[in-house]
Amino acid sequence: MADSFSNVIELPPDPLFGLKARFNLDKRADKVDLGIGAYRDNNGKPWILPAVKLAEEKLINDPNNNHEYLSISGFEPFLNNAAKVLLGSDSNQLSKVISQQSLSGTGALHLAGVFIKQFYKGNHTIYLSKPTWANHKQIFEYIGFKVENYPYWNNETKSLDLDGFLNSIKSAPNNSVFLLHACAHNPTGLDPTKNQWDLILKELEKKQHLIIFDSAYQGFASGDLEKDAYPIRKAINEEIISSPIIICQSFAKNVGMYGERVGAIHIIPSTKENNEAFNKAVKTQLNRIIRSEISNPPAYGSKIVATILQDSKLYDQWRKDLVTMSSRIIKMRKTLRSKLEELKTPGTWNHITDQTGMFSFTGLTPEMVARLEKSHGIYLVSSGRASVAGLNDNNVDKVAKAIDEVVKYYSKSKL
Amino acid sequence: MYKSQLIKQTQKQYIQSTRFLSSTCQLLKWNEIPLAPPDKILGITEAYINDSNSKKINLGVGAYRDNQGKPIIFPSVKRAEEILLQKENEKEYTPIIGSKKFQNIVKNFIFNNSGKDANGEQLIKDNRIVTSQTISGTGSLRVIADFLNRFYSNKKILVPKPTWANHVAVFKDAGLDPEFYNYYETSINDLDFENLKKSLINAPNESVVLLHACCHNPTGMDLTSEQWDEVLQIIQDKKFFPLVDMAYQGFASGKPYEDIYLIRKLTKKANENEIPTFALCQSFAKNMGLYGERTGSISIITANSNDSKAVESQLKKLIRPIYSSPPIHGSKIVEIIFEEPGLKDQWLNDLNKVVGRLNTVRSKLYEKLDKSNYNWDHLLKQRGMFVYTGLTPEQVIRLRNEFSVYATEDGRFSISGINDNNVEYLANAINEVIKK
Repeated sequence: MADSFSNVIELPPDPLFGLKARFNLDKRADKVDLGIGAYRDNNGKPWILPAVKLAEEKLINDPNNNHEYLSISGFEPFLNNAAKVLLGSDSNQLSKVISQQSLSGTGALHLAGVFIKQFYKGNHTIYLSKPTWANHKQIFEYIGFKVENYPYWNNETKSLDLDGFLNSIKSAPNNSVFLLHACAHNPTGLDPTKNQWDLILKELEKKQHLIIFDSAYQGFASGDLEKDAYPIRKAINEEIISSPIIICQSFAKNVGMYGERVGAIHIIPSTKENNEAFNKAVKTQLNRIIRSEISNPPAYGSKIVATILQDSKLYDQWRKDLVTMSSRIIKMRKTLRSKLEELKTPGTWNHITDQTGMFSFTGLTPEMVARLEKSHGIYLVSSGRASVAGLNDNNVDKVAKAIDEVVKYYSKSKL
Repeated sequence: MYKSQLIKQTQKQYIQSTRFLSSTCQLLKWNEIPLAPPDKILGITEAYINDSNSKKINLGVGAYRDNQGKPIIFPSVKRAEEILLQKENEKEYTPIIGSKKFQNIVKNFIFNNSGKDANGEQLIKDNRIVTSQTISGTGSLRVIADFLNRFYSNKKILVPKPTWANHVAVFKDAGLDPEFYNYYETSINDLDFENLKKSLINAPNESVVLLHACCHNPTGMDLTSEQWDEVLQIIQDKKFFPLVDMAYQGFASGKPYEDIYLIRKLTKKANENEIPTFALCQSFAKNMGLYGERTGSISIITANSNDSKAVESQLKKLIRPIYSSPPIHGSKIVEIIFEEPGLKDQWLNDLNKVVGRLNTVRSKLYEKLDKSNYNWDHLLKQRGMFVYTGLTPEQVIRLRNEFSVYATEDGRFSISGINDNNVEYLANAINEVIKK
């Protein structure tokens, strides 16, 4: 007994967590944090969306508000409106969607994995983009999936490796599982064009693969909810995909609900047949899984999001807030690129503005990233992924000059 | 009549749809997906809502209702929310296991009993307690079950008979092997302490044993201090790993510091290395009324600080792929209540009032029950949110069909559904169904 847990091995800390710890210890006044995965305003401060503050006031002043348990499925007004955000309020698929509230994006992906593992007869290999968000692999490995990669980012051209992507769709066994980033690909920030999406979806349909969309940045990428939902709406509303589709939706970024853990999993049944009993069974099984993991989902965040989505004034405010966030990030991309081009930093930098969302895959090497940290107090993960949200008018000049210095330093040393 | 038909109908639908599925799922590339059976308690609430009788009573709910039958927000919680709305300037993710502040509040409140438990204080000082915020009680049970499944030598988990229905589901789903130990004897409406001890002694060494810290759910019957001493001696001898579920701290006496002598005994045993390791699942669902905000914690008491480091790192690894980090609204409310001057006292006062009402209603019901041919003394021994009436399923169904009184068929009544306006009606209904 005394050594119940002496067999438990201590693990190294999460790399991102280590980065944050080093950043916090750094005493340089002009240090810059480009590791964070959360939005910052032009003063480098976290930002609660004005729409959220208004919704919170409304909720707290509502005499009927309470802290009772939600149903196992979650808060119905939240679920209905969240599906509308994804598919559009005029989608003819809305009546068929099976929705379950989840602990934000991770919770939704976990639930999708557990559900597929228990009931899907196809190939239990999941294909993830290379590279992808670090947690994707852990989420599915934890549940017992075999994890494979499909080519995505071409480091030479700093663009999409479409042929590689399509080839893996073709060569994967029929009925495999493919995880697609709906928009603002994490970590590269690079999304397929509409034409490229059309090709990708067509191939996926041919091979009858099961699609999971990870929708973590809708509206955050372009400021436009519709534009950022292109592949989802194409696949579902235009019935390009005949198999059931699973969407994992998070309001962490686009409503700034990060720590409130607000998300949902939506399952769109097969278009081939309308099977009421199947839909009902799916819903009860999702409930059963939730019941034995968390009983029922957290109420507060979902009530805030539902309040925003149901009140036309708050909804309009939210649309404005999305533009505020996305346009600031787009402006920072443009500024950084033009400064690097002015400095004649070796290489091409158009990819910074071609990419969307929170991150830019800069193409900087691990040694350049290390030098940025050591010599300039600029912190990003060693893959070269920079959080554009960490840039602002006060630090973008410094960051451009520092990148210029490290790129030139290593270009010279190579010569 | 109509109501029992309704239940039968639902069962029929369930069977039909299961059959229907097996033929069509082939086409869909999915295994047969049977309709999962509906949650019993929720089914009762649904039937209650659909009942048009104005005298209907819902005794199924596990949440507090005031004397008007309405849900409440604790005034201290309401105040904390107002403060939060004013001062909150970010909604960032907390670390995977919650904020340090929340962890420390929980450790100090529960193990150190806010400065009143020297043993707990020592354990904290020695870095022998690892605490993580969790998705309330269920989430903490799930996390510890997954953790034990990975790292503990034995998959057997002993749970009291009866216990909260979800305990078994959670443990099984996490890969543990639940087995009942004797706890309550319905024929005498009392704890069956001799058989409780016997079944523990006969269980395999090094099993995990689930203990309800207080206000046992569903029976409301707790062990006395002396009985805990005996049980802990067995646990020590058998080298069991105690897993404590504390969902109702404060609901016995109205005073959270006085309720939990099991924890005081365990911190002492841990400090003296007699029972060096245990775990505790805790939630603020009931005692702060934070139900839907899903605010709770898991604490693992380890043998030394090195083990703590390892355990903490593995807890993070376990939680990260399930939900990344816990929800902040409830935990920020807890932090404010414990930090803001005066607010904690107000909370203790709020809690005391809630428990006071439950105890008052309990004695009122007892008073009005017909004791001429039925012994109701167990009602006064039971504590917490429930009375375990000992009524048979048939009697419970008669209450439902003839009196619109809704409760689970095990005879567990949630006292919070009882108030001054309906206690007489309820007592009369019960008196009617127990008539020979």
